Amino acid sequence: MMFIRLSTFFLGVLATFFLGWAGLTLIPGIQIREIKPSSELKPYTDEQFSGRAIYIREGCIYCHSQQTRPEGFGADQLRNWGRPSVPGDYVYDKPHLLGTMRTGPDLFNIGARQPSEDWHLIHLYNPRALSPGSLMPPYPWLFKEEDEFSKEVHAAMGKKVVPVPKGFAPEGKVIIATQEALDLVAYLLSLNHTYPVE
Amino acid sequence: MNPESNPLKIDESPELSARVLSDISVSRPVLAFFAFAVAWLLIGTVFGLTASLKFNFPDWLGSFPALTFGRVRPAHLNAIMYGWVSLASAGCAIWLTVRLCQVEVRWRKLLYASVLLWNLGLLYGTISILTGNNQGLEWLEFPRGAAILIAVAFVCLSLSILRTFHARQVKHIYVSLWYIMASVVWFPLLYVIANLPFYSGVTQAAVNWWFAHNAITVWFTPIGLAAAYYFIPKVVGRPIYSYYLSLLGFWSFALFYNWNGIHHLVGGPLPTWLISVSIVASVLMFIPVITVAINHHLTTVGHFDKLRYSPTLRFVVFGAMCYTAVSFQGSIEALRSFSEISHFTHYTIGHAHLGMYAFVTMILFGAIYYTMPRLTKWEWPYPVLIKYHFWLVALGIGLYVGSMTIGGILQGLYMNDASRPFISSVEVTQPYLLARSLAGVLILIGHLIFIYLFSLMILRRGPERKAPPWQEEAEVIFP
Ligand code: HEC
Repeated sequence: MMFIRLSTFFLGVLATFFLGWAGLTLIPGIQIREIKPSSELKPYTDEQFSGRAIYIREGCIYCHSQQTRPEGFGADQLRNWGRPSVPGDYVYDKPHLLGTMRTGPDLFNIGARQPSEDWHLIHLYNPRALSPGSLMPPYPWLFKEEDEFSKEVHAAMGKKVVPVPKGFAPEGKVIIATQEALDLVAYLLSLNHTYPVE
Repeated sequence: MNPESNPLKIDESPELSARVLSDISVSRPVLAFFAFAVAWLLIGTVFGLTASLKFNFPDWLGSFPALTFGRVRPAHLNAIMYGWVSLASAGCAIWLTVRLCQVEVRWRKLLYASVLLWNLGLLYGTISILTGNNQGLEWLEFPRGAAILIAVAFVCLSLSILRTFHARQVKHIYVSLWYIMASVVWFPLLYVIANLPFYSGVTQAAVNWWFAHNAITVWFTPIGLAAAYYFIPKVVGRPIYSYYLSLLGFWSFALFYNWNGIHHLVGGPLPTWLISVSIVASVLMFIPVITVAINHHLTTVGHFDKLRYSPTLRFVVFGAMCYTAVSFQGSIEALRSFSEISHFTHYTIGHAHLGMYAFVTMILFGAIYYTMPRLTKWEWPYPVLIKYHFWLVALGIGLYVGSMTIGGILQGLYMNDASRPFISSVEVTQPYLLARSLAGVLILIGHLIFIYLFSLMILRRGPERKAPPWQEEAEVIFP
């Protein structure tokens, strides 16, 4: 290098790096740390928490965001996806699941928008059973196929029978939700941040 | 060494023989990095194409958990980023350092350790993702064990490169070396800080995107640029146009690029000032980008005919042009009014591939075409296959970026139009997603050709050639 000494070079290299680090992570980190959880936000239950782990495992994040944008920035408000999210809504989220892709709709308030457990179970078993034209993957390994008894027998055995529409499940079989499917749906239903914030 | 089988004739000039010696000292570790890089390129491409086809045929292989979209897609990203691009960049960085410092490589054992640990980390990390052990953070999906292996591997690489640099035998420190030395200091710091387990909520989102964008800033881009700064003048046969522009380009790059990451969270629940700062920095990126573009263009101008016979130059110039394109695109994409449409859509995927493929990967291909004959003392067989490789991947990536750009904008417009049902934003992308898969097939075929040629080089098979299929370049880096 012609103009500067080598030590100055490495100093500059470190300085530019840590300047960006401080500006983008340290200072906002300190600012955000003051933030309290939104008043009506509840920590996840064990079941919801296990469901969240399945959400991560199956990579739902690569198609779904969990952040609602303010009015005038996208159509989130017009689509009734819920008020703009605030940092206080995320205090129990580790890892964060904000997401960067909306191949599918935002899920930050899916629990309010679609409160039916059956709907979610069928949709996870095969999205096209409910949403023709969807390109969401099916998750059959969250379910078990069992020989058909009467509904009552399954219920008496404590099993959750999923009312999959005709043509989407193999003939003569019923679809039973595993604990993983139930946990995942519990997590989806917990995604309800419609309470007011200041 | 038998001079008969040595097309790189050792000549009496002291500089040349020093160079041949340093080439020999470095050839094995660099070959090891390249060979594993190429293996991960194949794995990563297959994952990528699988993920793409899943968009077209969502029920295809739908009952295999390990092959669901949400697992194959991060496996693709990690195999390509930490596998192919990182390993090839590492090989390239070692080779350039040795060349530009005119010494033998130092601490060679550390390099072997690095390749080994790196591959163990990659293997463990990739299998973890496919079997459902994903950390849940984009670009940081690998479980802690894999991340530690890769961090240690990277530190080994850095130490060897810095030690070699320290032992340099030249007065002048060429631009490429600035980028490499900065990079090998930056990336280990970045990777370790980002993997610390302290963060949660929106702070974690900020750290996450600071990291993901900076991985490009401090590792992939600088090595790509270092290679472009070396190979363009080398093959064209004239020195880089302006030293002062290089200097301005480097420092403005170091200063602004570090601040870009948070534009990935535009519209999100973070302090507005933070996102604004990132947007401003993203726009300021015009400065380093334009300086580098002018510098490279004015070096090449008048020598575009060389593109025809030098595969290195063809790949590297293609890559350098795409660096300008992807950076302009990035600066515009960061603007609020534009990202309102493009954010959350396939447009971003197109942008990412313009950067990591059309820019970085193409330059790495160019670098490999240049270095391999010097490493194996064997000339590339079948130049016509190199042409096929170039055109297949160039057309493939063009189709890829084109279809994702148009498809993504339509997706964004439909998504932001509340009078249309959401599913219309899915349906409108279908033909473009199909075109993307076709692009993936072209790219995969290109890669298979490349891998075939590469294997012949390693095995020293194919017709023996005494001279390279293109002219030897003049001495310009050390006039
Ligand atoms: C390949 C992309 C993709 C992946 C991966 C994906 N989805 Fe979806 N998802 C979609 C699309 C597209 C839609 C819209 C069409 C539909 O309803 O199926 C959707 C819709 C949904 C809906 C209904 C939203 C609404 O507003 O009606 C829910 C709930 C959902 N997905 C949950 C999940 C979960 C949970 C996972 C992970 C197990 C997941 N998705 C993985 C693409 C994806």
